[in-house]
Amino acid sequence: MRRLYAVGVTVLVLVLLPFVLSEFRTVQLATVGAYFIAVLGLDVLLESGQVSLGHGAFMAVGGYTTAILMANHGVQDVWTIPIAAGVAGGLGLLFGIPALRLSGSYLALATFAIAIVLPTLLKKFDHFTGGSTGITLFGRPTQTGHGTGYLGLTNNTWLYALTWLVGVLVFLLAWWLLASRFGRSLRAVRDSELAAAASGVNRSAYKVAAFGVSAAYAGAAGALYAINVAYVSPDTFPIQLSLFLLVGAVMGAFGSIWGALAGALLIQFLPDIVGVLPHVDTKQAGPATFFYGAVLVALILLLPFVLRVASSIADRSYSRTP
Amino acid sequence: MPLLELRNVEARYGPIVALHGVSLAVDEGGFVAVLGANGAGKTTTLRAISGLVKTSGDILLDGEPVFRRTPEAMARRGVAHVPEGRGTFATLSVLDNLRLGAWVQRGARGRDLARVFEFFPRLYERREQQAGTLSGGEQQMLALARAMMARPRLLLLDEPSLGLAPLVVREIFATLRRMNENGTAIVVVEQNAALALDAAAQAYVLETGTVVLAGEAAALRHNDDVRRSYLGY
Amino acid sequence: MANFLQQVVSGLASGGIYGSLALALVIIYRSTGVLNFAQGELATLSTFVCLALLDHGWSFWPAFAATLALSFAGGLVLQRTVVRPAQRGPQIGVVILTIGLLIAVNGLTTWIWGGAARQFPGPFSTAPIHVGGVAFSKQDLGVIAVSLVTVALVGLLFSRTKLGLGLRATAVNPNEARLVGVPVGWLLGVGWGLAAAIGAVAGVMAAPSLFLEPNMMQAVLLYAFAAAVLGGMDSPLGAVVGGLILGVLLNLLGTYVHWVGGELRLAAALAVILGVLLVRPSGLFGSRSVTRA
Repeated sequence: MRRLYAVGVTVLVLVLLPFVLSEFRTVQLATVGAYFIAVLGLDVLLESGQVSLGHGAFMAVGGYTTAILMANHGVQDVWTIPIAAGVAGGLGLLFGIPALRLSGSYLALATFAIAIVLPTLLKKFDHFTGGSTGITLFGRPTQTGHGTGYLGLTNNTWLYALTWLVGVLVFLLAWWLLASRFGRSLRAVRDSELAAAASGVNRSAYKVAAFGVSAAYAGAAGALYAINVAYVSPDTFPIQLSLFLLVGAVMGAFGSIWGALAGALLIQFLPDIVGVLPHVDTKQAGPATFFYGAVLVALILLLPFVLRVASSIADRSYSRTP
Repeated sequence: MPLLELRNVEARYGPIVALHGVSLAVDEGGFVAVLGANGAGKTTTLRAISGLVKTSGDILLDGEPVFRRTPEAMARRGVAHVPEGRGTFATLSVLDNLRLGAWVQRGARGRDLARVFEFFPRLYERREQQAGTLSGGEQQMLALARAMMARPRLLLLDEPSLGLAPLVVREIFATLRRMNENGTAIVVVEQNAALALDAAAQAYVLETGTVVLAGEAAALRHNDDVRRSYLGY
Repeated sequence: MANFLQQVVSGLASGGIYGSLALALVIIYRSTGVLNFAQGELATLSTFVCLALLDHGWSFWPAFAATLALSFAGGLVLQRTVVRPAQRGPQIGVVILTIGLLIAVNGLTTWIWGGAARQFPGPFSTAPIHVGGVAFSKQDLGVIAVSLVTVALVGLLFSRTKLGLGLRATAVNPNEARLVGVPVGWLLGVGWGLAAAIGAVAGVMAAPSLFLEPNMMQAVLLYAFAAAVLGGMDSPLGAVVGGLILGVLLNLLGTYVHWVGGELRLAAALAVILGVLLVRPSGLFGSRSVTRA
């Protein structure tokens, strides 16, 4: 019951925030929403014991699907979201099959390589993707509200609402998935492939499914990101994004999907937090990047200690009785 | 003063207590057999001496505890440990394996290698081969040879006869006797009690982590319990 | 024909750089089973340090030597302080740690030196040298020479010295190595130090043509991984051979296959990585236990 209260309070806070904060912060929080969805997806994947350093690529798939549908095929932005999730999810399932043959580090390497190469492919096949100049979505008829607002809300507030509506929905979905037999099977696979096989869990099916779900989430996130920013280009989803998503996901992997929310906030606001320190100029990319890395290193070093604490929390948070 | 002494040593793997207070002593140049069934704690005893497992109680070398008893430190103090399964470096050559044996001696000298090859002529023939391609018996010889390169004062051997043909095992124990005659103290852990009691001067019998019998090897060979439980008659 | 030879030599030069960084990756992989994603960024950092020395008036080869020493020390310290505790946990944690290091070092380099690309004055002039009527770049030949010398020295270290023996033993069977008295903990650090120094060689050789900026080695890291995977992740010889093959292959593909051009070199490297990992994970010279990461 306490969990439901927590969710309820969070939803209430989310609804009230745009009316309390400036437009600028609202925009930032909308982006946090997109990151949140992607980080949730990556957490589902981590739950199955697989790692991806390329989730930015799945976001790019989602983002470009949205952009191409909106720009060339007259699809309203809202309807592109499930389509983008579907396309990314499908690719995730396809990728998940050969991924079965790659163990931990090698899977990380393969996804890392894909994330680095994807921008170059997007630039190369330009008749399809708009090349280096990208695709602009602002003001198009397929953009709900044409960039000026909708349902009496300002444009920024509308986008914030859309993003977080999807965010809360997928959060609940992830929570349900991870608490259900699906989640238990994933964790069984992660903890011991041998034991999972012995207890009749179809490891391959679950691992591939985890990849698909995780990619679908990233695709939805990418779609929302594109809708928010109203523009995509090959440089919108660089390797740094994939790596920062991992930072956020590792926070979420500490046994609680509330950690994913913390992770998403971290991705957006770490530069601001770091700017509080003396001698740190957050207009430069250097210090913020350094601290992202330092945070990740610290998280890993703290991991053994935190895992012991978190696993007991996790077992409780995934129980059916909230 | 004994060369090696264990006083009431306790050892645990996480929550599982493997040794519940083991006491034993090995003299300079002595030959001790440690017997017992599977899981009695024989291997753990050797690992405790080498510093591979955390212990409480006293482990004394030359009457003094060894400060920070790590495997590296024990090796420097002249303790050579040949673990179960030979512990050879399978993808390295026989020669490299031997050179590694002399690590604490600041590197192998030609003399040491010559001496070892005299003891083990078959190894000389195979010196460029990968250690993993040797037969089981030859690998055991290699393990002994490598230990010899360190000119140890104390040799710890874990189940040297495991998986080897009787003829080969006899050769190995003959070699051990020669090494012991040359002054190396030996502690051998063996499931093959008859063999061990034949070669050793002293023996300890372990059961579930404690010493249940101790004494001269010759005497234990005629002990009724030992005969029934470990010698089969 | 002349163009072909020039492309091959130029490919060998790039290949020497990829192979050197790949060698660093393999050394760490062999001794600790870890893919060090931060290897490229560490090399970049080393190169910036070298430039700083050069800007202070040092001449090239002393600056280079000092950089190698500093890189070695840095790698050693890194392993002892940050990597070692992470290795007590799950393997995936160490992978993520190296990612964290990648991000942190990249950020550090940008923080200290800024993101702008700079000229790096290499030791070899870019003037052409004529061999058999074909013009080759002195720089390319110099890079090939340095790569070969580096690889040869590392090879001698491993095969002929006591330290090398200890490093090999640590990689094969660390527990057994401890029993014979090898200070395994320190040697793991030495392995990282050595890898960092070799990475520094790769960085300094690459900088004159790539221009020095914080992201300089990002692509090179990918090529190095491709080379190491191609050669066999636990084979030092494979890393070097893989690097040379990859360098020449990418150059020839870029020159003679028009739709590959310059933009799809990275994609070609990706294809190599995926292809080898899925079809023959042990690569050309690796042992079959390689995928048990």
